[in-house]
Amino acid sequence: MALDRPDLGSLIPKNAAFDPELVNRLMGKFGHGGFLDMEYVGHGSDWVELAIDWREDLVADPETGILASAVVISLMDNATSMSIWTKLGEFRPQVTMDLRIDYLRPSPSGARVFGRGICYHLTQSIGFVKGYAHNGDPEDPLAHASGTFIRVGDRV
Amino acid sequence: MSVAPATGLPPYALALDMTVVDEVDGAPVITMPFADKVQGRPGFIHGGAISGLLEMAAVAAIHRALRAQGNDASIKQVNVTIDFMRGGLGQQTFAVGEVTRLGRTMANVEARAWQDHRDKPIAIGHMHYLIRQPKAA
Repeated sequence: MALDRPDLGSLIPKNAAFDPELVNRLMGKFGHGGFLDMEYVGHGSDWVELAIDWREDLVADPETGILASAVVISLMDNATSMSIWTKLGEFRPQVTMDLRIDYLRPSPSGARVFGRGICYHLTQSIGFVKGYAHNGDPEDPLAHASGTFIRVGDRV
Repeated sequence: MSVAPATGLPPYALALDMTVVDEVDGAPVITMPFADKVQGRPGFIHGGAISGLLEMAAVAAIHRALRAQGNDASIKQVNVTIDFMRGGLGQQTFAVGEVTRLGRTMANVEARAWQDHRDKPIAIGHMHYLIRQPKAA
């Protein structure tokens, strides 16, 4: 049951520099990114920062209001994935091969979560990424992430 | 990550329509239907939603293991590593956790997600949890 949704590769303008803000409007407003309502915060030559607002229905522990760890995983997955295209300067189809998250502290109830993904190395096939999540002060991270993405066929 | 209520799944799981459907070796099997809200690239489940299902299965498995010992400790997630092995297709997904070691201070859990057959996992997560024994009254 594939739901009707356009292919990202076909929506991204050809022969134009990769624009993470535009792509987040495509990735962050539909599907799982839309459910989490991921917002574009900023980017540099090899990084992209996105954010998710705290919401009651994203909570793993109703007593403390702490978010499900998978919310941070989704955020870091999208931010690191987009950091590869940003460093590369163009979209290429890829899938997450693996992702590791270390939780330094919980994300407190009510707090917006920012995720910065950084592509620190690119090969023909693999994008090596790292990143961190925080609540507004990058000097006080709540989680660190590292992972790899593998390029797949020209069209996904 | 802290504890899901012992009686059911937390709000995050309910928001993605996860339910407990079965048991494997005493650990709850949790399922998640395909829907737009779990979709990543078209026709495939987002890795973050698969990770969420793995997380819920892992937490449920630890709770079950602690309860089997009569232990009402709480848990806190330290880290997770997830291997994404196959694309999660647009269909029902299942996950179960296995507590590979339950000590006094930490637990190792392996959680596996699959669609058609348990021997063909779409993702496997390895998690470490701190065990926090309740303070003596």
